[in-house]
Amino acid sequence: MGAFFRIWAVMMKELTQMRRDRLTFAMMFGVPIMQLILFGYAINMDPKNLPAAVVAEEQTPIVRTIIHAMENSGYYDFILQTEDPDESQTLLARGDVAFVVTIPTGFTERLIRGERPELLIEADASDPAAASGAVSSAQTIIASALADELNGSLSYLAQGPPPFDLRVQRLYNPEGRTQYNIVPGLLGVILTMTLVMITGMAMTREVEQGTMENLLAMPAKPVEVMLGKIFPYVGVGAGQVFVILMAAHFIFGVPFVGNLFVLLLGVGVFMLANLALGFTFSTLAQSQMQAMQLTFFFFLPSILLSGFMFPFRGMPEWAQMIGEVMPLTHFLRIVRGVMLKGASLGELYIQMLAMLAFVIVVMAIAMSRYRRTLD
Amino acid sequence: MSGDSDLAIDVRGLVKRFGDKAAVNGVDIQMPRGKVWGFLGPNGSGKTTTIRMICGLLKISEGEGSCLGYDIKKDASRIKLKTGYMTQKFSFWSDLTIRENLEFVARLYQLPKMKRVVDETLEGLGLAHRQRQLAGALSGGWKQRLALAAVTMHGPDLLLLDEPTAGVDPQARRDFWDEIHHLSRNGMTVLVSTHYMDEAERCDRIVYLANGQKVTEGRVQNIIDRSGLVTWRAEGDAVRDLSSEIEGQDGAEHVAYFGSALHVSGTDEARLRDTISHFQRPDVEWHEVRPSLEDAFIALMARAGVDQRDHG
Repeated sequence: MGAFFRIWAVMMKELTQMRRDRLTFAMMFGVPIMQLILFGYAINMDPKNLPAAVVAEEQTPIVRTIIHAMENSGYYDFILQTEDPDESQTLLARGDVAFVVTIPTGFTERLIRGERPELLIEADASDPAAASGAVSSAQTIIASALADELNGSLSYLAQGPPPFDLRVQRLYNPEGRTQYNIVPGLLGVILTMTLVMITGMAMTREVEQGTMENLLAMPAKPVEVMLGKIFPYVGVGAGQVFVILMAAHFIFGVPFVGNLFVLLLGVGVFMLANLALGFTFSTLAQSQMQAMQLTFFFFLPSILLSGFMFPFRGMPEWAQMIGEVMPLTHFLRIVRGVMLKGASLGELYIQMLAMLAFVIVVMAIAMSRYRRTLD
Repeated sequence: MSGDSDLAIDVRGLVKRFGDKAAVNGVDIQMPRGKVWGFLGPNGSGKTTTIRMICGLLKISEGEGSCLGYDIKKDASRIKLKTGYMTQKFSFWSDLTIRENLEFVARLYQLPKMKRVVDETLEGLGLAHRQRQLAGALSGGWKQRLALAAVTMHGPDLLLLDEPTAGVDPQARRDFWDEIHHLSRNGMTVLVSTHYMDEAERCDRIVYLANGQKVTEGRVQNIIDRSGLVTWRAEGDAVRDLSSEIEGQDGAEHVAYFGSALHVSGTDEARLRDTISHFQRPDVEWHEVRPSLEDAFIALMARAGVDQRDHG
């Protein structure tokens, strides 16, 4: 009986403390709700409505039928119809479209003559999962749509093999190897985890242990303390970048077709964004535990909504909008763009600017919370 | 303002509010250089907050003043270079060695000949042979001595010590005070907050705070004299039962135990004497004694409206 009362006493004390620690309490309910929403609504393993471009010079009923059929399948969302192949290639390299469908000149004429003209789908296979559903169903979708269209004198074309020759090019990752997508992405994930958490905890540790008061009483300004604490971890981050790039190359055989300088510039801006966020967390958190919790609260949606684990374009629009805020989203486009697609700075500067905007907003919050004193 | 004022601390009307509550509510302190000042008052009276405002760790809500001749609102960074502040809680790095802690402080203050300064400090502390031990492994008394050495290494003009001897054993406290007087003889001004009466009596001057306001200041003897108290001391076997009987009697304003003796104090000598005469018993021996500083403070707190039992 005594044990029961002692357990009861500890339990009541625990519940009281749990109620006091608002952040932990919020985390216990906030995190599951966040996971439910993200996994339930945002994440789609068979992504639909992927942005696509179509390059076609002719506007015949047959071409329109093909485009409509692809759109109606739900996989393709044609955001651009152009006659200029270069324009569509840029969009593909930037990751603005996942597919480019090219209908060559004279397609309709040759199809009617029964010459089985080529129809080209170029898919961004840097994320193999994103492209596979749309690509594998394309043949069936187009063939069955054409079967309805080809009637009367053309009905013979609907017999036998499809009256067109679908060619699929998986660009950037022809073998569809998942590592090519994941390993460069890990660079961003590991940097986020390390830098945000370490920076967030660096200041709160001093506050928690009472040494902050001592530091401030000596001629050290908080910003000097912060910078002194951050620089060693910038070095750690650089080491991590080196290790991951080496592993990507020598262990996983991930291609590196782009410019290393562009990648390192991206890494630099990305590290700045994470350090700024960690600094902000350290001004918000009262303890190391809270800094950890804030980091986790940011890390979870970062991983899920950035396109690291699940195809970005496969998510509903609201989830993409949240994803666009995360520095990781933009960094993934840079690192995958440079390594797999050979994207240039001209194609990636938007991502750099997006991360810089994040830095500015986050630093503004930090500065408004920043105190030189113990107040 | 220049850095050569005769006053080490000169603050007027200092106020610090946290939300609606004023932790410090209009404190004036004029403290000449080269003395050891005791800073007394119950817990929550605003001692720590005042010290923090003086050395620039807290923003000042109202009031003004200077520390070592520098404006406490504008020149905090210069004040920090010339003061040493020892926090109430040990605030050096437990996971650094004794030597590493001192080296860090020496680097922050950009002390020339760092290695020599640190070596000398370690010698002075008598910790040279333990310099590679983690600071966290030191006992409470040694931690305080390390902290004192660390905050004086840069040769400050003013030393602010916030309850430096709380929880330290008597011998270590005595050593600590010897060190404080040694520093003071070398020209350092020291402001030390404490709850111990014997320590207060070791100070040249005392400032007494209650409820965020200065209640009194001056030499120990002057404070006792100004309190206007007369104190009678009762000793004997029956003293234990006496307190509840005599408390509240005419003229017996304050009743407190000192060890096994009872002190009964009041400001009206005649009425107190009259009351005492009613408690003359065979097993109780009464003497009129010089009021102690503690008697004076208990009377001061009562007058300031502070119930000392609320403040531990």
